[in-house]
Parts: sequence; structure tokens; C-alpha cells
Amino acid sequence: MFDSFLLESIINGLLLGGVLALLALGLNLVFGVIDVVWICYAELVMVGMYAIFFLYVYYEVPLPGAITAAVLGVALLGVILHRFVIEPVLGTAPINQLLVTGGVLFFLQAAATLAFGIEFRNIGIRMPVVEFGDMFFSFARILAFATALVGVLLLWLFLTRTYLGTAIRAISQDREIMPLMGVDPRRIYLITSAIGGGMAGVAASLLVLQYDVHPAIGLSFGPITFMVCVMGGLGNMLGGFVAAFIFAQFISVGGYLFQIEWGYVIAFCFFIAMMFIRPKGLFSR
Amino acid sequence: MDTRIWGGIGIAALAVVPLLGLGNYHLHLLITVLIWGFVYTSWSIMGRFGMVSLGHGAFLGVGAYVATMLWNTMGLTPWVSIPVAMLVSMAMALLVGYPCFRFRIVGHYFALVTLALGEVVRLTIVGLRDQTGGSLGMTVTGVPEGTSFLALQFGDRATFFYVALLVWLGGLVIWRLVDRSMLRYALEASSEDEDAAASVGVNVTRAKLMILMISAAMTTLGGALYAQYQMYINPETVSGIAISLQIVFAVIAGGLFTQLGPTVGAVFTLLLAETLRVTFGHDIHGLDGTIYGLLLVLFIIYMPKGITGSIMAGLSKRRRPNPAAAPAE
Repeated sequence: MFDSFLLESIINGLLLGGVLALLALGLNLVFGVIDVVWICYAELVMVGMYAIFFLYVYYEVPLPGAITAAVLGVALLGVILHRFVIEPVLGTAPINQLLVTGGVLFFLQAAATLAFGIEFRNIGIRMPVVEFGDMFFSFARILAFATALVGVLLLWLFLTRTYLGTAIRAISQDREIMPLMGVDPRRIYLITSAIGGGMAGVAASLLVLQYDVHPAIGLSFGPITFMVCVMGGLGNMLGGFVAAFIFAQFISVGGYLFQIEWGYVIAFCFFIAMMFIRPKGLFSR
Repeated sequence: MDTRIWGGIGIAALAVVPLLGLGNYHLHLLITVLIWGFVYTSWSIMGRFGMVSLGHGAFLGVGAYVATMLWNTMGLTPWVSIPVAMLVSMAMALLVGYPCFRFRIVGHYFALVTLALGEVVRLTIVGLRDQTGGSLGMTVTGVPEGTSFLALQFGDRATFFYVALLVWLGGLVIWRLVDRSMLRYALEASSEDEDAAASVGVNVTRAKLMILMISAAMTTLGGALYAQYQMYINPETVSGIAISLQIVFAVIAGGLFTQLGPTVGAVFTLLLAETLRVTFGHDIHGLDGTIYGLLLVLFIIYMPKGITGSIMAGLSKRRRPNPAAAPAE
């Protein structure tokens, strides 16, 4: 029996996978290079979403301009985060680096509540719905999916084809030897943080087209982004990419068969189980 | 003077507090400090060995919801349902903890696995909305007369104060017992170097599992007690990442490595929240969180030992006035 609703949810899952992959990309890069988990990553995305919302709706900046400004702004935020929050605790116990960004999560979320209130804000752009047979897909998701693919490709080209990218990859492989080869790790870390923040900004620009922005939005997709990164193998871009699609299928199809919360519950349980089977990620050797 | 005498004086002083004729508001603050002080102590009992859990909301949620649901639907007394909830939590801790420790999932990875666990519990509570009321939360069915020993409900705050005081003291005793036990040395060794610890005969997996299960059971009791006190629970306030992070924040602020640190953290966070509320009123949402977040960052960078840890370090420095005079090697 052909179930077009099931097929629709599978394809929607594929598109959601694109969003998750895009979200995981920046976090994965920071994770892989600096070896720090930005627990507040989803909150950076939230800041980007607010920036686009206010620039576009209140200051009537054209959308491409607002998005560019948001990407640059969040990239700067990533640099500030690294310079003033991560750097002072880099030499201490690794768990401190995770907890200190937990403080930033608290701060950004509460500061957004303080500044913008708790209401849900929508940018008010109606994206067309793509109809295929008797299935419907959101154009914004297709756009996110395409951007994720392009983003991965660009990042991969940058990491493999440029001098800077090579230095970044080298430093993630051996932190001690690279300074002796004339690479300044501090500078590489700052650049990586800027790229990671910029990726959060790109993710924000695609999410703002699909979802209302509110201060707690980071909590709704933050945890799943970490799971995607960890399951893919921290710092493993390809693994994160594949993991994003696996998770998205669980959420989408699980949500279709049961309820949306159960989709997430299944995804998280699957994550916990996978940690035991392949603790170093899907593609670990 | 002996710390034991100081402890006795402190407990006696606390025990007469309700007799001083404090208003309900101040008694409420004290009870809140005791309940959360107990929960934070439960977290720190394993957190101090480098086992940072971002999912203690899971155990808190199980405590609050299992006890409340058994009471509301079946009329089962909390005296039975709380132990049941503790067993559920311990089973959950075993299920997740055993593979974690067996496969050496530590640090970031452990924190993220527990974070997933916390989310699983929160989403399960939301998903079972027909039974739990979902995001709207649920109310503990009150007994008609307001006070019932069997239902663990006390209309009189002073009585509840003594219940909370006893539980909190129990938490401190367990902390002390762990501190004095072989388990502590085993866990301290494992947190430094698991291979080395295992090579001198420490069963790392078992030691970690024991402390995790103790911590989980205590947190569950704290969650149930919170539900009995507030008479209203909500998935966001008893489980999920927000409450788990709040636990971490309070413990780090108070001091992770001292017996009273978590309680000081509870006092500190509550005083901060209340001062802000009284000064600025109810209308400003997010102000307390903004300051918490900022302080958490500052604490980790400048005062990783927390309030109590820094005071202790200051005191011991004064006691040994001239460490530089020690003979050079």
C-alpha cells in the first residue's frame, strides 16, 4: 500500500535534515578545532534571528542586507565569545569550557527576554509551498536544504584548498606541534570562532524564514544540534552531515506516526543507544 | 573549636527558627533554600568527581511526576510512591550509567549523554499530556483538611520546615559519609586517570555507578519534596536543560568541593532572585537570568572554587601565614 503521507514525512525529514546539518556545521567546526562545546550555540542562532527580524521589520533593511549584517554580527559575537569567555579557561579542566558557555546560554536567553519580551515574532514573509503530486513541502526548507549542501561544500573547499584551512585542519590534529611549525594557534582559534559564528548566522537566516523567533527557541533545537554533532563524531563534518539526516528521519517519521514529542524522544533514545555502540561517532575507525 | 560542636550549634539554631514567629514569607524562603540546597548537594556529590551531569532534571522530574501521579490517580501515599520513584530513577541511572562508564564516556560526552536523558524525560512528560497535563503542568491533589501525615502534606509551613530540614541534614550526612569513604578515593583517582586507578585495583565502573545512583536517588527525593511543597509541577520547572543548568550554576557559585557549598549556592541564588524581584518588581522578566548567566561566567573564570571554596582557601592561607618561608628544595 502506498502511503503518500508517510512519503511526505520522509521527504520532509530529509529537508529537516538539511536544517540540522546546517546548524551542526558551525558547532562541529568549533568542536573539532578548538575542542570546546559551545553549549550556547543555538542561542547565537537566536541572536542572529532577532537581528534579522529587527533589521528587516523595524529598520526596513532589505532582506539580503539584513542577513549579511546578521551573519557578520554573529561572527563577531563568536570572536567575542572566544576571546573573553573561552580563552581565560582554555588551560583549565575541559568541563569548565562547557560550563562557561552554559553561563553564556543563560545570559543570552535571559537578556533576550529582558530586551524583547517573551512574545513570538514572525518576520512576516510568506514562503510559497511547493506542491508535488498530493504532497506539500515548505519552500523555506528546500532553501535550507540547498544552503546546507552548498555550505558543506564551501567549508570543505576552504578547509582543503586554502592555506588557512590547512592550518585549521592541522591544528585540530595536533595542538602541540603546530605552534612549532609557525602557526599561531590563538589566531587560528579566533578565525575558527568567527567562521563558527558566521555559520550560526547563516543557519539563523534560514530558520527565521520558517519559525517564529522567541527567547527560548535555542532550547528547542539546541540539544538536538549537540546530539547530531556527537553522533557524527565531534569535528567530523561528514559524520555530522549523515547524522543530521538520520535524526531528522526519526523526528519527522516518528512525529508522523505518533506525536512530535515522541519523535524527539525516539531520536534522543537512539542517540543514547548509539553512544554505547559507537562512542566516537558513526564513522570512527 | 571542633567542627562537630559548631555543627550542633548550627542545627539547634536552625531548629528553633520556626519558633521565632517568622512570617510565612521568610519561612517559605527558608524551606526553598533547604529543598534546593538538598537537590544541589545531591548533584555535587557526583559533580565533585568530575562527573558533570547536565541531566539531573531527569531525576528531579521523575521524583516530582511519579510521586504526584501515583498519589493523584491511585491515592498511593508518598511514603510508598517516593521510594518507587527513587527506584525508577536508580534503574534509569543504571541503564544509562552502566554503558557510559563501561565504555569510558567522560567529560563532554558524559555531559551530553545526560543532557539527552534530561530531554527524554522532559519530552516524555510533555508527550504524555493526557496523563500529566503536558506543558500546563499538574496540581497535587490536596487533602481536604490541608494537613495529613500520610499524604505528606502540611498546611502549616513550620511543620514542612522540619521535614525539609531533616531531608537536607540527611543530604549533608550522606555527603560526609561519601567524603570519608573509600569510594571517595576511588573516584578521585578515577577522575584523575582511569587507567592508573584501574591498575591499582579500583573498579572504576562500579565506583562511578554507585555514586551516580546515590546522586540520582537523592535528586529524586528532592524533586518529590519540591512537588509536595509547591503542590504544582510543570515539566519546564522540574526537568529539561534549564533546570539542569540552574543546578550546575548554583553549585559552582556556592562551591563544588565543600559540604555546605551547594547550600550556600541555594542561598545565594535565592537571595539574588528575591532582591531583584523586590527591587524591580515582577514585570521585568529575564533580569535574574541575565545576572545569573553573567555571574556563572565570572565565577568559572575567576572563582572556580565558588564562594565557600574561596573562603576556605583564604582561611587556610591566613592560618599558615608565611608559606614562602618553607625551605626551598
